[in-house]
Amino acid sequence: MPSLSTAPDDLVLRLSGVALGYGDVSILRDISLDVRRGQVVALMGGSGSGKTTLLRAATGQIKAQAGCVTLFDQDLSKASGPALQALRQKMGVLFQQGALFTDLNVFENVAFPLREHAKLLPTELLARVLDTLEAVGLRAAAHLRVAEISGGMARRVALARAVILEPELVLYDEPFAGLDPISLGITARLIRNLSDRLGCASVVITHDITESFAIADHVYLVGQGVIKAHGTPKTLGTSTDPYVQQFLKGQPDGPVPFDYPSTPKFEAWLVNQEAQR
Amino acid sequence: MSLNTSLTSVGRGIRIRVSGLGTFARFFWLLLRRSGIVFSRPRLVSQQIHFIGNYSLLIIAVSGLFVGFVLGLQGYYTLNRYGSEEALGLLVALSLTRELGPVVTALLFAGRAGTSLTAEIGLMKAGEQLAAMEVMAVDPVRRVLAPRFWGGVIAMPILAAVFSMVGILGGWVVGVLMIGIDTGAFWSQMQSGVDVWKDIMNGVIKSVVFGVAVTLIALYEGWQCRPTPEGVARATTRTVVAGSLAVLGLDFLLTALMFSN
Repeated sequence: MPSLSTAPDDLVLRLSGVALGYGDVSILRDISLDVRRGQVVALMGGSGSGKTTLLRAATGQIKAQAGCVTLFDQDLSKASGPALQALRQKMGVLFQQGALFTDLNVFENVAFPLREHAKLLPTELLARVLDTLEAVGLRAAAHLRVAEISGGMARRVALARAVILEPELVLYDEPFAGLDPISLGITARLIRNLSDRLGCASVVITHDITESFAIADHVYLVGQGVIKAHGTPKTLGTSTDPYVQQFLKGQPDGPVPFDYPSTPKFEAWLVNQEAQR
Repeated sequence: MSLNTSLTSVGRGIRIRVSGLGTFARFFWLLLRRSGIVFSRPRLVSQQIHFIGNYSLLIIAVSGLFVGFVLGLQGYYTLNRYGSEEALGLLVALSLTRELGPVVTALLFAGRAGTSLTAEIGLMKAGEQLAAMEVMAVDPVRRVLAPRFWGGVIAMPILAAVFSMVGILGGWVVGVLMIGIDTGAFWSQMQSGVDVWKDIMNGVIKSVVFGVAVTLIALYEGWQCRPTPEGVARATTRTVVAGSLAVLGLDFLLTALMFSN
């Protein structure tokens, strides 16, 4: 298990012995991780390993079944209503599918958090939105409707919306998915620059080993319901752990099973199918 | 054993329905509590009135015209038997302002704007737009649902008024222009027979109640639907069915309350 730091002064997000799941089903157990100011933390793992569930726990969308999620020194299980709203105002989230508002154009999507939370003059708002759009290379796309932009552009718009309020914590769910190599490199640098320039903490959920290892300060590898390994990109890169090696090198054989495990329900279904034929 | 199973199944069905009613009532209460945005940002509501009204205006105006035509014809055939054709204006106006205006408008509203609202909210849920708002510290009930709810509630009586006015014009076209009833008699009978408070205001109250019911059902179905294409499709169907039945049931209750001696 990862060891927890004892200096909480610059701590933004801490998960201590957390179990997460939906209903009676547990997906993750005994998860502990720290995210500090100015740090870029990468959360990696196979598809369906529970990375997005971890992100939902950090935003307070789901409650921990066990353990404690602490955000800006506040226990998320005890935060609700205005307290939770205040915590959420300090964070930005990039959703896996972008989650852009389809009835608004690109400009209005990025301006949305400002209109809701900041009292700015129209000229200030215009300048700030265009500046943020420029950072993701979409200044001249401000007038376009969401339906008129590509998936990669939509992801960049969502990124601009996530960071426009200059939050203290930004959670990125698959920020590199569907991006061309140029956009991918620029997005990775943008995430790193934001953490360096604003001192915000960044949590990046990704499968992209090259880009995440290039920008991350710390990497957590999630698998089989637990954190299998963690450390700096350098230490993980040189790790002899077969799980880490298989994941980083994309090998088909190893401790990570490729095939979905057979269950009694599947066996019963198969018997039923065969009996019908 | 069989009786036990049947009783269990009936009990489960009743429990699910009662629980559903409770969830619906809690949703309504939540919506009312978050309606302060109507006063703090009235522009959001006016946008929805414009949007929802535009969705339904054409179909309601055209339907009103044809209902007026039919009322004119049917009314004439019946009144002619008793030599009271001059009362056609009164019959058309009372039928429209008391009953057909609010009821048919609400039914059309459920099919047109109601399904749009359900699909819009359902797709916002499926596309994680509502979740995105929530993590942006923006309450989706307050920001998205409340303006749409009040937009629908305000738009409904306006649409019902349009329906009734166009319907009366339709009755006039058939009765006066096509059949040849005296135009003075048509309008004067209507003027003397229609009571502003008893007839028109009761019609307005009905349309407001229908507006609350249909818009609430449409938003609830969108809010509660499964975030999948199939879930959204089922929710839009439920909006039409539940909305229409609610309108007809409420109409019976309101009519009994308003027009009984």
